Amino acid sequence: MTNTTTLDRSRDLSQPLDKLGPDETLKANSRQLRGTINDSLFDPITGAVTASDTKLMKFHGIYQQDDRDIRDERRRQKLEAAFSFMARVRLPGGVLSASQWLKLDALARDYAGETLRLTTRQTFQFHRVLKTDLRALMQGLRDVLLDTRAACGDDTRGVMASINPHLSKVHAEVYALAKQASDHAIPKTGAYDEIWYQQEAGEIKEPEEPFYGRTYMPRKFKIGFVIPPSNDIDVYAQDLGFIAIVARGKLKGFNVAIGGGMGRTDQAPETYPRLADVIGFIPVAQLIATIDAVMSVQRDYGDRVNRLHARFKYTIDDKGLDWIKAEIERRLGQPFAAARPFELTSNGDPLGWVEGDDGRHHYTMFIENGRVINTEQLRLMDGLRAIAQVHKGTFRVTPNQSLTIAEIAPQDRLAIAKLLDDYGLAGLNVGSALRLNSMACVALPTCGLAMAESERYLPALLSKIEPILDTHGLREEPITIRMTGCPNGCARPYIAEIALTGRAPGKYNLYFGGGFHGQRLNKMYLENVGEPAILDALEKVLGHYARARRPGEHFGDFAIRAGYVAAVAEGRHFND
Amino acid sequence: MTRLEFAGPGLSSDQWERINDLAVSLQPAQALWLSGYFAGVGSAARGSGGFDQVAVLDRAAPEQPLAPAAETRSLTILYGTETGNSRGLANTLAAAAKQQGIVTAVSDMADYKTRKLKDEQDLLVITSTHGEGDPPQSAVAFFEFLEGRKAPKLPDLRFAVLALGDSTYEKYCEGGKRIDRRLEELGATRLEPRVDCDVDFEEAAPAWIQSVVARLAPKQSEPVRTTPASRAAVSASATTAAFDKQNPFPATVIDNIVLSGRGSSKETRHVEFSLEGSGLRYEPGDALGVVPRNDPAVVDAVLDSLKLAADAPVVVKQKPSTLGEALSSAFEVSAVTPRFIDHWAELSGAAALAALRGPERAEARAAFMRAHHVVDIIRRFPVTGLDAAALLRGLRPLQPRLYSISSSLAAVPDEAHLTVGTVRYDLDGQPRAGVASSFLAERAAPDAVVPVYIQSNPHFRLPPDDAAILMIGAGTGVAPYRAFMQEREARGATGRSWLVFGERNFRSDFLYQTEWQGLLKDKVLTRMDVAFSRDRTPKAYVQDRLRQNARDVYAWLEEGAHIYVCGDAARLAPDVDAALRDIIAAESGRDAVAAAEYLAALQRDHRYQRDVY
Repeated sequence: MTNTTTLDRSRDLSQPLDKLGPDETLKANSRQLRGTINDSLFDPITGAVTASDTKLMKFHGIYQQDDRDIRDERRRQKLEAAFSFMARVRLPGGVLSASQWLKLDALARDYAGETLRLTTRQTFQFHRVLKTDLRALMQGLRDVLLDTRAACGDDTRGVMASINPHLSKVHAEVYALAKQASDHAIPKTGAYDEIWYQQEAGEIKEPEEPFYGRTYMPRKFKIGFVIPPSNDIDVYAQDLGFIAIVARGKLKGFNVAIGGGMGRTDQAPETYPRLADVIGFIPVAQLIATIDAVMSVQRDYGDRVNRLHARFKYTIDDKGLDWIKAEIERRLGQPFAAARPFELTSNGDPLGWVEGDDGRHHYTMFIENGRVINTEQLRLMDGLRAIAQVHKGTFRVTPNQSLTIAEIAPQDRLAIAKLLDDYGLAGLNVGSALRLNSMACVALPTCGLAMAESERYLPALLSKIEPILDTHGLREEPITIRMTGCPNGCARPYIAEIALTGRAPGKYNLYFGGGFHGQRLNKMYLENVGEPAILDALEKVLGHYARARRPGEHFGDFAIRAGYVAAVAEGRHFND
Repeated sequence: MTRLEFAGPGLSSDQWERINDLAVSLQPAQALWLSGYFAGVGSAARGSGGFDQVAVLDRAAPEQPLAPAAETRSLTILYGTETGNSRGLANTLAAAAKQQGIVTAVSDMADYKTRKLKDEQDLLVITSTHGEGDPPQSAVAFFEFLEGRKAPKLPDLRFAVLALGDSTYEKYCEGGKRIDRRLEELGATRLEPRVDCDVDFEEAAPAWIQSVVARLAPKQSEPVRTTPASRAAVSASATTAAFDKQNPFPATVIDNIVLSGRGSSKETRHVEFSLEGSGLRYEPGDALGVVPRNDPAVVDAVLDSLKLAADAPVVVKQKPSTLGEALSSAFEVSAVTPRFIDHWAELSGAAALAALRGPERAEARAAFMRAHHVVDIIRRFPVTGLDAAALLRGLRPLQPRLYSISSSLAAVPDEAHLTVGTVRYDLDGQPRAGVASSFLAERAAPDAVVPVYIQSNPHFRLPPDDAAILMIGAGTGVAPYRAFMQEREARGATGRSWLVFGERNFRSDFLYQTEWQGLLKDKVLTRMDVAFSRDRTPKAYVQDRLRQNARDVYAWLEEGAHIYVCGDAARLAPDVDAALRDIIAAESGRDAVAAAEYLAALQRDHRYQRDVY
C-alpha cells in the first residue's frame, strides 16, 4: 500500500484552480453549469453558443456541432458554419416505453432532420437540432419523463445495462438498479430546469451539488451493468462495471470492475485503452454506496491538469490498483468480498426472436450503425413508429446500436411480426455474421472530433469485405468489427477482433486481436492506411484464419496465435 | 453724374451704394470710358464662365426688385431625380443657358425653398417618375406643395417641362405630366410643349434643351449657334469622370460568389469589380450602373421565331451593326413595353393586341405585359417577312441597371462590390430571369469584363463620423450598409451604429453574416437585430423588430441618429415608415399628425434617407 505522504497530489482536486487545467476554472465559475447559456440561446446573430457555453452544455447532454461537409463552402459564402446541436437522451439501460418511442419519433421529425441515432451506450441522439429548437426539444422530452442530463460532460454518463431478454426477471431487477444508479449519480444543479424548462430559479439549497462540488468530475465517468453470459455492454470498457451474479434465477449481487476506458490519442503514448479489473463482490444493498465510494476516489484523485490523462483508468495505473481498491474500501467502511465466478461468452446481440423466462417474447433487430431513418429502400422509421403504435411492451436499445422490441405477450407476437414483414424490417438480420457484429460511430459530417468517415463508410467497406469472407467460407463466422472516425473510441473499437480508427480522410489504423467477448484489447497491425491496404491485409489474414484456425477458435485469438499481433495483457502496454 | 433712383439688375444693395458713390464723383468722360470697360469685362466673364458669380449673386438677393426688361428675366432650373439623370440634364441645360447670357440658378426639388416659387420668372423643370406615376422620392414634398392648396397663382411665370420616364411602366412620365398640368392650372405660361423622354433620353433631351434655350435667349442676341462648344455642353454629363453612363468603364470581375447558402429559396450574389485604372470614385451610398448583355438563348429564340439571321445588317445609333449584336447589347428583348404592343399590333394586325390600346385598357394591358415577354408575343402573333429594322423600331433600348455599391473605397481601393439578387421566375411554363441579375449570375465569372459606371446618390449619405446611424434593410437592401460600415471602420468613426436586417431564413439567407459578427465583435457595429420571415420561430420582419425595440429606436432618434431604409419600395419602405411613425407617437406621446411631422422634419433635415426600389 502506498504511503499517503508520498502520494502525488499535485494534479488533483486538492490544488488551487490556477494550478489545474482551464476547464476546472470554467466549471468552478459556471454557477453550477449555468454559465451564459441563456444569453447564448438568445443571441440571434449566431446559430452557435459561446465557446465556454459549448463546454457547459455537454453537462446538459448537448454537443454543439456543425455540418463539416459544407463548412468551407459556407466560409466562402460569408456565412458562419452550419451550427446545430446533438442532444443525447439519458436512457438508463436503454429501456423505453412505446409512448416514449412515439414522442422521440415525433421530436426527431420536427426538430432533428427526421432521423434518430441509436448509440453504443444504449440511447438516442438527436442530430442537427437548431439552437432555436433546443428548448422545444427538451420540453418535448420532459413530456414523456425523459431528459438529457449528464448525457455528456465530466459527470456520470448514461448508465448501461444488458438487454438480456432470456433472463427477463433478472433484467427487470438490474434495469431498475441501473436507473436508480443514474438518477443518483447525475448532477443535482437547478441549471437544467431553469435553462431548458425556463423555470424560475428558486432558492438555491447550498450546497447545490453535494457530491460533485463546483468542479464535477475530472472527466467523463461511465457505469454499466452486465448480465452474464452476455457481455453486450462491454463491461471491461466501463469506468465502473457491475457484473450481475445470479444464482438459481435470483440476483445475488455484483462483481465490481473498475478502470475500463477506450479513449486514446494518436501520437500520445501516455494515452491508451484499458480494460477494467474485477476487484471484488458486493451485495445488491451496497450498490449506491459503492458507486459513491468509487466515484469519489476518482473525483478526489483524478488528474485535473491534463484532460487527456484524466480518466479513472489513468488514476488507477498512476496510484496503483491496490491503493485505489483500498481507498474505495476505506470509504465504504469495509473490504470487498472475493469476486464470484462468472462467464462471459459474447458481446454481440441475440438477434431475432427470443422467449424470456417470463414467457414473453422479444425481437432483436440489427440496425446498421444505429441509424433510424426512412430511405427509398426501407421505411425503417415509419415501420418502428407503426410498431410503437400497437406495442404494449417496451423497447430496448442494445449496446451494439440495435433494437429489441421487448416484452411482447405471446398473443401479440403475430401482429408485431406482421408489421415487421409489412415494412421489410424482418430482413434486417440478414447479412454476413461480420456485418451483424459491426459497429460504427457517427463521425462525419457532424462530429467535431472525426478525422475520417465512419458511419457513412463502414457499410460500403463491409460490402467489399464480404466477398473475401465468401471466398474463404467465413460468411457465417461471427467476427466483431468496429470503426470510429477518431481514436476516442465511441464504438469501443479497441476490444474488437478487427478495428479501424480514423486518422485522416480515407486513412485508418487497422487493429487485430481483440477478444470476442470483450475480454482482451486488440493491437495495431497497420498504421494510417487506405482501403486497398486494408482489404489486402484482411484477405491475407482472414484467408489464413480460414485455413489454419482450430475448432471454435475466434478470429481475434487466431490473429495472436498466428503472430500477426502480440496479445495486449494490460492497457498500458497497448502502445508498446 | 447724379445718383440713380433705383438699383440695377442683379446688384446687391452694398454694390449699388458703391456704384452710386462712384457715379456722383465721375466726370462724363470717365463714365463713358468705364461703361466701355465694364462691357469688355462682362464679355470676358461670359466666355470664361465667370457669369456664374453673377447668377449666384442674383439668387442670393431675390428680395431686390427686378427690372422688367425681358433680357433681364431670371431663370430657375428645377430638377427632381431618383438616379441622377435629371440632375445631369439640368446641369447641361444650365450650362447652355449661361452660354446665352441667361442668369440661371439650378436647384434640386429636394432643397428648393417653395416660398420662392411666386417670385420665379422663368422656370424649367426636369423630373423623372418613380414607380407607378409617383414623383422621385426626394421630390415628394415639392410635389405636395405644388399640387396642394398652398400653391400660389403664377400668372407671370413662364415654364417648360422635360419629363423623364420608362415606357415599361403604365404611368409613363407621369411626374413631368403632373408638373406641366399643374403649372398651367396655376396660370403660368408654357414656353415650349412638354417633351416626354423614355429611358433613351439621350436622344430627345438635347433637342428640348436647345429649343428652350433658344426661346429664352435675349432678343438682341444672335440665334443659338450650334458651336462645337455648345454641342459639347449639351452632351456632356455632369460627372467629371472620363467614364460615365455614355462611356462606361470595362471593369474586370474579381470575384462572384453566391452568398445564399444551400437550401435557400433565393440566390443572392456578391460580385466584385476592379475599377483599377478607371479613375472612378464613389462614396458609400452610391450605385454602380451595370451594362448587361441579354441572354443568348433569348436572343436566339427571337431570331428563330422570326426566321431572322443574326448577321442581318442593322444601324444602331447611327452605327452599322448586326441584328444579333443589336438584340444582345442594344435592345430589351425580355420585358414588353406599351410601345411594343402598339408596334406589334400594327405589324401583326392581331385584334387581341389592338384591343389592348388606349388609356381605358391600361389595366388589361398591364396584366398582359406581366404575362408576356417579347418572345411570347412574337410567337403568339406571328409576323412573316419582317425585316430587322422593323423589329428594332418596336424595341426599347437596353438600359443599364443600377445596384447599390456594397463596398467602400476606404476599405477596398479600386474595387466596387455589389450584392445582387438573381431574379428567376417561371412564365407560361418557361424559366425566365432578370436581364442584368442573370447576366451577373451566369455570364460574369471572374475575369469577365463588364461595362460599369458610377451613379451618384447624394440622398443616401453617411452623416458626420460622430453621428449615430440606424440602418434598416431587407435582403439586398443591406448592400449600402456594408459600404457604410467599411467606411466607418476605415475612418475610425465614433458614432454608434445599429443595423436591423431582414431576410427569409437564418441558416441560408443571413447575408454577410460573418462580416457583421466581426464588426460587432470589434464594436464597429454597435448593435444588430435580425428578422427572418420563413423560419420556424414566429415570422418577423424588420418593422417588427423596430416596434419591439421602440424605446431604443426613439431614444436613438432623440439623440440625433440618422435613419436609413434600403430595400423593397412596395412593402418594406411603407411598413417601416408606418412603424417609425407609430414608435414616435407611442414613445413621445405625440398624436399621429405630430408624429408624421416629426418624421417629415427628419426627412427635411436629411436624417431620414431612403434608397428603395
